Amino acid sequence: MDKTINITLKVWRQRGPKEAGKFETYKLNNVSTDSSFLEMLDILNEQLVNEDKEPVVFDNDCREGICGMCSLYINGHPHGPDSEITTCQLHMRRFKDGDTITIEPWRSAGFPVIRDLMVDRTAYDKIIQAGGYISVNAGGAQDANAIPIPKRDADLAMDAASCIGCGACVAACKNGSAMLFVSAKVSQLALLPQGKVEAARRAKAMLAKMDELGFGNCTNTGACEAECPKGVSITNIARLNREFISAKLKD
Amino acid sequence: MAEIKIDSKIPEGPLAEKWSNYKAHQKLVNPANKRRLDIIVVGTGLAGGSAAATLGEMGFNVLNFCIQDSPRRAHSIAAQGGINAAKNYQNDGDSVYRLFYDTIKGGDYRAREANVYRLAEVSNNIIDQCVAQGVPFAREYGGLLDNRSFGGAQVSRTFYAKGQTGQQLLLGAYSSLSRQVAKGTVKLYTRYEMLDLVIIDGRARGIIARNLVTGEVERFGAHAVVIATGGYGNTYFLSTNAMGSNGSAAMQCYRKGAYFANPAFAQIHPTCIPVHGEFQSKLTLMSESLRNDGRIWTPKKKEDAEAIRAGKLKPTQIKEEDRDYYLERRYPAFGNLVPRDVASRAAKERCDAGYGVGATGLAVYLDFSSAIQRLGKDVVAARYGNLFQMYEKIVDDNPYETPMMIYPAIHYTMGGIWVDYELSTSIPGLFAIGEANFSDHGANRLGASALMQGLADGYFVLPYTIQNYLSDQISVPRIKTDAPEFAQAEKDVKDRIAKLMAVKGKRSVDSIHKELGLIMWDFVGMARTKESLETALVKLKAIKKEFWSNVKIPGAADSLNTELEKALRVADFIEIGELMALDALNRNESCGGHFREEFQTPEGEAMRQDDKYMYVSCWKYEGEDAEPTLLKEELKYEAIKVQQRNYKQ
Repeated sequence: MDKTINITLKVWRQRGPKEAGKFETYKLNNVSTDSSFLEMLDILNEQLVNEDKEPVVFDNDCREGICGMCSLYINGHPHGPDSEITTCQLHMRRFKDGDTITIEPWRSAGFPVIRDLMVDRTAYDKIIQAGGYISVNAGGAQDANAIPIPKRDADLAMDAASCIGCGACVAACKNGSAMLFVSAKVSQLALLPQGKVEAARRAKAMLAKMDELGFGNCTNTGACEAECPKGVSITNIARLNREFISAKLKD
Repeated sequence: MAEIKIDSKIPEGPLAEKWSNYKAHQKLVNPANKRRLDIIVVGTGLAGGSAAATLGEMGFNVLNFCIQDSPRRAHSIAAQGGINAAKNYQNDGDSVYRLFYDTIKGGDYRAREANVYRLAEVSNNIIDQCVAQGVPFAREYGGLLDNRSFGGAQVSRTFYAKGQTGQQLLLGAYSSLSRQVAKGTVKLYTRYEMLDLVIIDGRARGIIARNLVTGEVERFGAHAVVIATGGYGNTYFLSTNAMGSNGSAAMQCYRKGAYFANPAFAQIHPTCIPVHGEFQSKLTLMSESLRNDGRIWTPKKKEDAEAIRAGKLKPTQIKEEDRDYYLERRYPAFGNLVPRDVASRAAKERCDAGYGVGATGLAVYLDFSSAIQRLGKDVVAARYGNLFQMYEKIVDDNPYETPMMIYPAIHYTMGGIWVDYELSTSIPGLFAIGEANFSDHGANRLGASALMQGLADGYFVLPYTIQNYLSDQISVPRIKTDAPEFAQAEKDVKDRIAKLMAVKGKRSVDSIHKELGLIMWDFVGMARTKESLETALVKLKAIKKEFWSNVKIPGAADSLNTELEKALRVADFIEIGELMALDALNRNESCGGHFREEFQTPEGEAMRQDDKYMYVSCWKYEGEDAEPTLLKEELKYEAIKVQQRNYKQ
């Protein structure tokens, strides 16, 4: 038999970006501990719809921890109390009968609330548009094995590329800095020979865009790394700083 | 009524030269004219994202839509295992022809030869392109690319990036797309959902889309429209698809006259985490790559299976000689790496016979103990660590210590909008790419071929073929959205929304969707019969009525409303369900993912009826309550000898 628990939810509700929000309290009984956190919210929403109320709005899509769409600040932690997972992978077995769970949206100047727990993360797209790519058109690429890449570099690039762009690093940071996000992309591409050509330009352009969009500076607290659902390392930030300084020295 | 002839526009010439000939003789659009042509691309997954980026690179003016907050969220991102290409880097006898052959055979001889050959041909360009973009594929110590094996192949041709290949390929396409956005050739419309296609004088000229944040219904015009909205697997409610994946864009095109091809062909993936409760919202796939090293088994003795189900026995307590590695037993040549449809049915057969495990009896084991013994835990962890972690987080079991439990689940739809060789639908100016079209996988898709097809269509096929259409559109001015056809389409959309909001019934959208899913799984699922399909059609009619008379949507239509979004999709899922059942009923044979119990060999293998059904079924919409017309595209095999699929020897 499934184990079930009774919980109290304190959920942030906010109609729109300009409107004031507040916590609403809901009680949910007999929640299976095998259900995921978002399935628990589905149950809440089913309950609200049946009561003719508007359901809680929250972003979610793949529900297997890879699309980066789900967010939620749960009991003071982005993606909840478990480590190296997204909210959709969090399961109710992490909570106890009688628990009160507080659910908030990402809170950052860079991510305005759209409604309830849904925030606007288009700033991340804009940062990538500023330079998070290698300038190569389709067609005309040389054979994939033409440049051997040391396995270590390829693996490090892959680790950096694991970033899912969810925004937990910004939500976790007291400065609201997007440095972990920016550094992951800069590192991935700077580690690979294909990406070195534009490395300096990329680092400068992405950082300038990050500043422009209202994200804060990095003060090396390491909160981003601790809360990152994909375990992206802050050594990437060190690499970004190196890339940035060497780019500036060349100016 | 004169019979409509299906013209697939396959170029003349020998199979291996068709694509080169086509490209050499097709019409092109010069750079100055490209700037004046608008193209709408709906969807930002591997197909849509790569197409939008490439069309932008060429200089077209692209409008790119997605329902998520960013193009990077498209469900292609969740593909785990890898992407096929005929590079033959492993020197194991691979070639374009062999990839072509495996794909046709894997699809149980229900795919179009010329399209599949082209797919195999461009597969190598995809790998080159992705590496150039900085996709961090797995490499060997010498610095060259690594490969692994997937089902239905005897060579190692699958390129991968850990268990996150889809993610890395999508982020590659997304980076190219972002570059074009910065250049101004592509304009992004995120959190927008297409709700209708606009046709003017017989040509696709735009779409009606709803801004999901404001609820506003808006008009967008273009010289051509490309649908890249993925498959309709969520018709079953529980599937490996993302929550938002839907078939609505395809249905809108169908209702405007585009043929819907082979709707019955849905793929059931053998290695998913089993269903565990009624609150469950989706099923999670465990990559097919696990079958490289994992061995699938059930207990040999029924009493062991019963004891396991009752929780009295653990799988690790079952002795080697009491385990039935049924895939290795039945298919010695391919073993655990048989194609997905074969592996899925074999699992169902064991569970139906009473050998299933887990609390429900609807699960089999995927065991890594011999791989751990052979390779060591570190090697297994390096290959599958993130998948093992994912499994443990969901199930709370450690796959290093006890076998995983898996069961088949709906994963992919081979059917979709009918397209010709140019990826054009039956409506001029409307194209369909990626999973949204029906083209390359026949009745069953091989593992690691979805990524290949999405990117082939987007990077290397559509950007050529669409020019053949657009070349005679260069004198057409920008499409104005004040045309009466736009007004009418917008009114139709608003009426449909108003009708839904006015129902004010008692049931949530999800509750009806779940009921639909159960009907589909029970009666149009892994094994179908004439009776089950006829039952399904009756039940689907009833649920359609229930939906339109008893659905409840709180909130307002002219505002952000997630329940309304879901309701619009479920309305279409019900109709897709009907189309699937109808097609499955028509197809009196078993082939690939479509298994009709009446048509099987004494050993339980799928039995095709080539003399009667070697065709693509193309369904043409005839109105809301009328039965659609069936048109047939006959399939001709010239380069391949058609035979019964055999994975035993």
